[in-house]
Amino acid sequence: MTVAIVDYGSGNLNSAAKAFERASLESGTNERILVTSDPAEVARADRIVLPGVGAYADCRRGLDSIPGMVEAMTEGAIEKGRPFLGICVGMQLMATRGLEHAATPGLGWIGGDVAPIQPDDPSLKVPHMGWNTLHPQQDHPLTDGIPLGPEGLHAYFVHSYALQPTDEAEVVAVSAYGGPVTAMVARRNLAGTQFHPEKSQALGLRLISNFLRWRP
Amino acid sequence: MLKIRLIPCLDVKDGRVVKGVQFLDLRDAGDPVEAARAYDAAGADELCFLDITASHEDRGILLDIVSRTAAECFMPLTVGGGVRTVEDIRGLLLAGADKVSINTAAVNDPNFVRDAAEKFGSQCVVVAIDAKRVSGPGEPDRWEIFTHGGRKPTGLDAIAFARKVVALGAGELLVTSMDKDGTRSGYDLALVRAISDAVPVPVVASGGVGGLDDLVAGVRDGHASAVLAASIFHFGEHTIGEAKRHMAEAGLAVRLT
Repeated sequence: MTVAIVDYGSGNLNSAAKAFERASLESGTNERILVTSDPAEVARADRIVLPGVGAYADCRRGLDSIPGMVEAMTEGAIEKGRPFLGICVGMQLMATRGLEHAATPGLGWIGGDVAPIQPDDPSLKVPHMGWNTLHPQQDHPLTDGIPLGPEGLHAYFVHSYALQPTDEAEVVAVSAYGGPVTAMVARRNLAGTQFHPEKSQALGLRLISNFLRWRP
Repeated sequence: MLKIRLIPCLDVKDGRVVKGVQFLDLRDAGDPVEAARAYDAAGADELCFLDITASHEDRGILLDIVSRTAAECFMPLTVGGGVRTVEDIRGLLLAGADKVSINTAAVNDPNFVRDAAEKFGSQCVVVAIDAKRVSGPGEPDRWEIFTHGGRKPTGLDAIAFARKVVALGAGELLVTSMDKDGTRSGYDLALVRAISDAVPVPVVASGGVGGLDDLVAGVRDGHASAVLAASIFHFGEHTIGEAKRHMAEAGLAVRLT
């Protein structure tokens, strides 16, 4: 079984790949972790991961600059229904559109816009940077066995924009930062985290292990 | 709720931790990767590597350390020291750094901050501000930016410079008092507070920590979002866990799980 981590020039895939390798080993799933910019590999993969750091429009441009990549992700995730995980801007790209600098269309798999975080407390800094707790809105296989809520484990966030979902039923968890911030979304075989599981120590490795075992 | 970050900082020279990390029975007290692993296990919220290698030619050693650390420590990693070009930043990010700290290059050419933020996003661009108090007794507080380890004055006002680099795209500021650094007498709280209150991005307090109360003061009185320290952890005076419990007892929100 192969997990394709989509490489489209968006920063550091080393950490993500290493975290998936560790989780694969620890969960006993022994999936092959493949960092690739080849659409054919992505279309063929059993699971797809879309990471992303930086500006929304840049990431979208990076994705579009690889001929056939969006089509390959669509074939895998939408037509074949393969488990798909978007991370940070990778998750934001699953939305309808991003509003960072200029309005940029997303993949349209999760309803909503990605808009600036505007904490209702003006003393709160943006970016929302650091460790925050997750408040579950529903049960989901990816958060299975992870202590959540105010006394639960923490996830590492670093972002200035957040997904404003049109369908609350697609929100798995939020974090509190001067109001709710969408932390995790899911629809059928698609999931996305605003936080970085590959940087979130115990919570992150558990979530990745859950993703590797997920059979939606 | 977002937690206050506690960040141990490792000074690295020619691939070795300067002065070594004397705790937790490390096999090799000078190995930055082993020290990083120990701090990861101890619950540090983030790690900071500061490369003080004099020669730019030895960059490969640092990249190797970053890469080996990122392969084992699934936590945020900030790397600084000698970052001069967009290519330097790209190299560090590809090796596994999450954030890159820019110091002298931002002073020499503030537009470098904008170039970096446009290419890689503000979230990974930290500007390290080294400042010294230049106001005399009885005068209003004023701090100036210094480079070269506090030896070279620049004539730049620290608060104005902080506002400027944030406007250009810095996503975080690492504020070090060159008066306090190494003195173990606590942060320059007035400096940290003046900058924290002047900018919308998170500020990391640095320079001068001698005890756990200094960490608390950095947040409570300095308004910092994160507190950085080196020697109190490296020499085993306090563990990360002790520091966090102390901060929690003082009423600060820290990550204990």
